[in-house]
Amino acid sequence: MLWARLRACCVPVLLLAVLAGCARGDKDKREVVRFWAMGYEGEVVAQLIPEFERRNPGIKVDLQQMPVLSAHEKLLTAFAGDALPDVTPLGNTWIAEFAQLDALAPLDARIAATPGFDAADFYRGAWDSGVVDATTYAVPWYVETRIPFYRKDLLQAAGVEEIPASWAQWKAAMQAIKREVGPERYAILLPLNEFEPLLNLAIHDPLLRDGGRYGNFRSAGFRQTLTFYKGLFDDGLAPKIGNTAISNVWDEFGKGLFSFYISGPWNIAEFKKRLPPELAEKWGTMPLPGPTGPGASVAGGTSFVIFRKSQHKDAAWKLIAYLASPEVQIRFHGITGNLPPRRSPWSDPRLANDPYAKAFRSQLERAVPTPQVPEWERIATELRIVGELLVSGRLSVDQAAAELDRRADAILAKRRWMLDHKATELAR
Amino acid sequence: MSTRTAGWLFAGPALLVIALFFGLPVLAALALSLTDFDIYALADIRNLRFVGIDNYLALLQNPLFWKALGNTFYFVLVGVPLSIAASLGAALLLHAKVAKFRPFFRTALFAPVVTTVVAVAVIWRYLFHTKYGMVNWGLSSLGIEPVDWLGDPHWAMPTIILFAVWKNFGYNMIIFLAGLQAIPEDLYEAARIDGASGWKQFRHVTLPMLGPVLLLVGILTMAGYFQLFAEPYVMTQGGPLQSTVSVLYLMYEEGFKWWNLGNASAVAFLLFAIMTAFTSGLLWLARKRGVE
Repeated sequence: MLWARLRACCVPVLLLAVLAGCARGDKDKREVVRFWAMGYEGEVVAQLIPEFERRNPGIKVDLQQMPVLSAHEKLLTAFAGDALPDVTPLGNTWIAEFAQLDALAPLDARIAATPGFDAADFYRGAWDSGVVDATTYAVPWYVETRIPFYRKDLLQAAGVEEIPASWAQWKAAMQAIKREVGPERYAILLPLNEFEPLLNLAIHDPLLRDGGRYGNFRSAGFRQTLTFYKGLFDDGLAPKIGNTAISNVWDEFGKGLFSFYISGPWNIAEFKKRLPPELAEKWGTMPLPGPTGPGASVAGGTSFVIFRKSQHKDAAWKLIAYLASPEVQIRFHGITGNLPPRRSPWSDPRLANDPYAKAFRSQLERAVPTPQVPEWERIATELRIVGELLVSGRLSVDQAAAELDRRADAILAKRRWMLDHKATELAR
Repeated sequence: MSTRTAGWLFAGPALLVIALFFGLPVLAALALSLTDFDIYALADIRNLRFVGIDNYLALLQNPLFWKALGNTFYFVLVGVPLSIAASLGAALLLHAKVAKFRPFFRTALFAPVVTTVVAVAVIWRYLFHTKYGMVNWGLSSLGIEPVDWLGDPHWAMPTIILFAVWKNFGYNMIIFLAGLQAIPEDLYEAARIDGASGWKQFRHVTLPMLGPVLLLVGILTMAGYFQLFAEPYVMTQGGPLQSTVSVLYLMYEEGFKWWNLGNASAVAFLLFAIMTAFTSGLLWLARKRGVE
């Protein structure tokens, strides 16, 4: 009796569900590509999708936006739960990690098979961020690197004629500025709660050795960086503070609390917007000085990957090829101000004539990826902490270098075990 | 059906839920703390190694763990008494017969408890700003040099303590207020007839009568303060010079930032052991002194 009643009510419901399913299938037979994107870029990219769908009538893009701060966590959880999308832009420092998880599909064959896809057009540093152990896993979407923003008027007032290119010139310029601005103000802001300033100064030298098995922080190059870095604080050129102690960086830059500030391309728009009109012509960007001449910097940004478990790799690749094409890159720059990771879009007048982007253009030729080990972000955090200890005078340069090596080696212990383990297994 | 079976039946659903959603995860976490579960193990379970108590031993040798433990103790030992004193003081003021506008003050003093930590932390960061903060502005008018509240390793923790006490004292205040209202008025009357001063009344009537409430508040506050996390997370991110890294903050970083879940579980169990020891100690002390 009960069964009969259950059947009586359930069968129609089931039938309805099946019918509804059919109806949906009839309406849209397009292949669905699941595309997750982070933050502001994730919102804006929606404007570029209709054109892609128009060119590829058989593909529908299912775009999901992720908040930047929890994106890494969400992707790892999705990996553990086997719920990853088909394609996503990954932060460049995460690529090694996801490659290690064997979550990424190699792209070399697709790149070679796509006519007109010019890999050599991409900046070397940005492209290499997606290459792990000689396999290409990622195609750059947008690139960022850090260079100094500086106050033209203050440099001029201090008698600095030429934009410094080497550390020695840079330091001399800073000392001149410090003499000019007095004890209450500084020459440069290097926030102690960020690892990026020290990392960008140090990236000219390999930071890990033996295939990412050990830290390379006791090298002469890195100790030279530490000496330069510490000197800026010891000489009173940089305040010993973090960003949290500065309530508004743009405001303080405008007031001349510091004349140099190492930051990324997003700040071009912010400085334009937030500095008072009388300062509009009085600031600029310059390539990052290095030990002896123009220096290297970190190639950050995000790159597209296709996940290995994806069932729609071909369609996902079409989306990547479309979004990475020069014309779309120019449109994307127009909307977001993000910098294209390849050279050809830079000849577009909007980019070529932008005085603030110019320094980034030459800097990108010298940008290099961070070491490609999953543990890198943790090591970079230790770099910040030890850098802070160095600046506060609790460690000397040699002690700080040794301490960093000790910490990095401890963090890399499991990686060494894994690599040795794999080697013995292969030998067997 | 015997009473025994009936009892088990009634308690059954609750026990089941506790076993399933508390007991089991705790056991799983204990098992996890004996392994080196990390991102590599997530990729391939063959990369998981059983390490016995190595995680615990490594933690005990990790200077950052001791620093975090020291910071947490500093926070608990200063923060808990301060918080209880502030709550009790506020409750006494509100309970005083001369107090005016009681409902208003009760709400005003309770308000910080229901605010969001993140929103309030932003305001506090402004208040304690070295250059433009109101606190330093007030101090400078007294001729005191500006203090780098959140940027100086010596001052960051006191600032966090102040923030936490301000944020939390209202909750205990309400409990104390209820406790004060439960003290019979005739006790005070008798004390007055015996010629006891206000202080003596407080010392010999109010405090002993509040004993059980004090114990409850003490245990709750201590357990809560040992789990310091949100305040340094939003105010200082553990800085400057890791002077505000708490044990729970260390666990969060190990587990959710670096994905060393084995290590993070070990931190959690060590914190659990420490908290159990302290709570038992407090209970033992209370029992010895006849409160309960």
